[in-house]
Amino acid sequence: MDWRQLWDIVSTPDNVPIVALIPLLIFYCYLAWKQAKANDELVSELEADPVLAKTHHRKTWPFRPGWQKEVHVWPFLLRVEFLAAIIVTIILMVWSLTLNAPMEEPANPNLTMNPAKAPWYFLGLQEMLVYFDPWIAGVVMPTLIIIGLMVIPYIDTNPMGSGYYTWKQRKFAIGTFLFGFIVLWVSMIIIGTFIRGPGWQWFWPGQTWDHNRLIYEVNRDLPDLFGITSNWAKGIFGAVVVGGYFAVGGFLLHALFRRFNPKDYRRMSLLQYSVMQVFMLTMIGLPIKMLLRLALNIKYVWITPWFNV
Amino acid sequence: MPIEDENGKNGNQTGLMEKVKSGIQEDLQSLKTDIPAKAKEQIEGLKDPTKTQVFTSIFRHKHDDTPRNRALGVLSNVFLHLHPAKINRDAVRYSYTWGMGGITFYLFIVLTFTGVLLMFYYHPSKVQAFRDVLYLEHDVPFGRILRNMHRWAAHLMVIAVWLHMFRVFLTGSYKKPREFNWNVGVILLVLTLLLSFTGYLLPDDQLGFWAVTVGTNMARATPGLGHEGPFGHQLGMTPYNDVRFGLLGGSIVDANALLRSYIWHCIGIPIVASIFMIVHFWRVRKDGGISGPAPVMLTAEADKARR
Ligand code: HEM
Repeated sequence: MDWRQLWDIVSTPDNVPIVALIPLLIFYCYLAWKQAKANDELVSELEADPVLAKTHHRKTWPFRPGWQKEVHVWPFLLRVEFLAAIIVTIILMVWSLTLNAPMEEPANPNLTMNPAKAPWYFLGLQEMLVYFDPWIAGVVMPTLIIIGLMVIPYIDTNPMGSGYYTWKQRKFAIGTFLFGFIVLWVSMIIIGTFIRGPGWQWFWPGQTWDHNRLIYEVNRDLPDLFGITSNWAKGIFGAVVVGGYFAVGGFLLHALFRRFNPKDYRRMSLLQYSVMQVFMLTMIGLPIKMLLRLALNIKYVWITPWFNV
Repeated sequence: MPIEDENGKNGNQTGLMEKVKSGIQEDLQSLKTDIPAKAKEQIEGLKDPTKTQVFTSIFRHKHDDTPRNRALGVLSNVFLHLHPAKINRDAVRYSYTWGMGGITFYLFIVLTFTGVLLMFYYHPSKVQAFRDVLYLEHDVPFGRILRNMHRWAAHLMVIAVWLHMFRVFLTGSYKKPREFNWNVGVILLVLTLLLSFTGYLLPDDQLGFWAVTVGTNMARATPGLGHEGPFGHQLGMTPYNDVRFGLLGGSIVDANALLRSYIWHCIGIPIVASIFMIVHFWRVRKDGGISGPAPVMLTAEADKARR
């Protein structure tokens, strides 16, 4: 166990935000979960008791008849905002007094930094470079993330859970978002920051960064496993495999979705449903491709003269 | 011919002298009586500055604690009138919004403030940039804390935007009628990341140089538009005319890239982001204010609610 190495990584000034991000995320997940649980319990209580449901104010916070429903922004909201601003300022001040912003040697194109890392918030994409070619990890994925986020309001047809925390009423939406945000985005960033060392190789926390370590990986392509050699055949084979993934995966997803999410399924238009399918399958495709790489050393599935997937 | 009147010849001359004399006496008298009286009045007036003309010209209404004045305090202030006068009693709870949108905005203001101060000491040129940052750190009074604050606020802003988006998702606040504002938000998210990224290069050190090199190398692989991307070659892309060249103003990260970064970072993106923020806040109001905490909906009602 190389504590010094671990400390060096954790205390690198630009890594501190990620060290801070982890407890913050845990805290806010807890805060959201607590409220979701309370709301879900309230919902089942009211659903069991229709009479109460008619008169109840439908929130988990206390409310009595005669209490004002609205409060003045001044002072009730402004004081919270003011307090928040002061607290953030104090945190920033203390942070700035205790930790200096990083400053390395002057930029030198002839002296490569190893590892050369993107800013921490892009490390998830850089980590994806291990599994995908740059045009996918660097261009297609960010584009899909942006478009994917933008279509969310238009494909989520579930009218429930608008304006309050819940889990039971939106399992599919929240599950998907957690998968995308926590598993595919934040945890990749954590790997890129804390695990990846020189040569972008995998170093467990506490393992010494060995700048001379070489790993001889024999990477294969999927067509090789099937003994396919001609370029034409490789291209067609890959197209079939990728197409097959979307077809079979889409069918499986369809079977699951209409069983476990019948209401959303009924509400969604064809366009909404197919957009959801494409994004879901693409998202699920990422860990599959990663697994292929890690478990079977497979680099490419689909090889063409112009691009490889 | 001299004019004669009841004072006789030259009479008006002597009359003038007397008038002057009594006039001065009056003036002296007024100094003795009026000025102290006015001074007293002035001091009395200062005891309640809210009645002065300067004050009333700035603040357009009274401030005694009445519901009307509480509302006017918000509505008649250009900065505060982003807010409604009254909001739902539960919407002020920290646990609902986590205050994250507000914190993000506050960090943006902190960054603008510290950023402008940094600009006074920074030249976006290969010769000067690195030295300017060293100078800031070692010689400029409070330069180091200024730089630190700008840096850490930037990181914090990225975290805050993510958490804000996370909360908006978890509370389902993107649902009708807030779909559009969610999209404005997504653009703000991208702009926030770009702001941070363009700033990374400015110290002109190894860290920024390689981060931006790694980052922009991806642009080489843009399908159709990068010289290493799919179909790039077929469409005539070379290192000297593809998107990466356009982003960096060259085939490597150098003086032009530094200048472009600087302009995007200090002028271009902040202006665009400000515009989107204005729209964002406007829409929060127009979409009916903060989405909740709303009364919970029961399953049976959800089925009915759809037309
Ligand atoms: C520079 C970045 C941003 C700033 C300064 C900002 C600011 C704000 C503020 C002050 C609010 C009021 C409620 C609150 O504080 O939570 C708000 C609400 C909202 N924001 Fe943002 N935001 C930003 C980015 C985003 C992003 C990335 C998204 C989503 C992708 C988003 C979506 C929304 C939505 C849908 C609302 C309405 C929420 C509701 O009614 O509960 N915003 N934003």
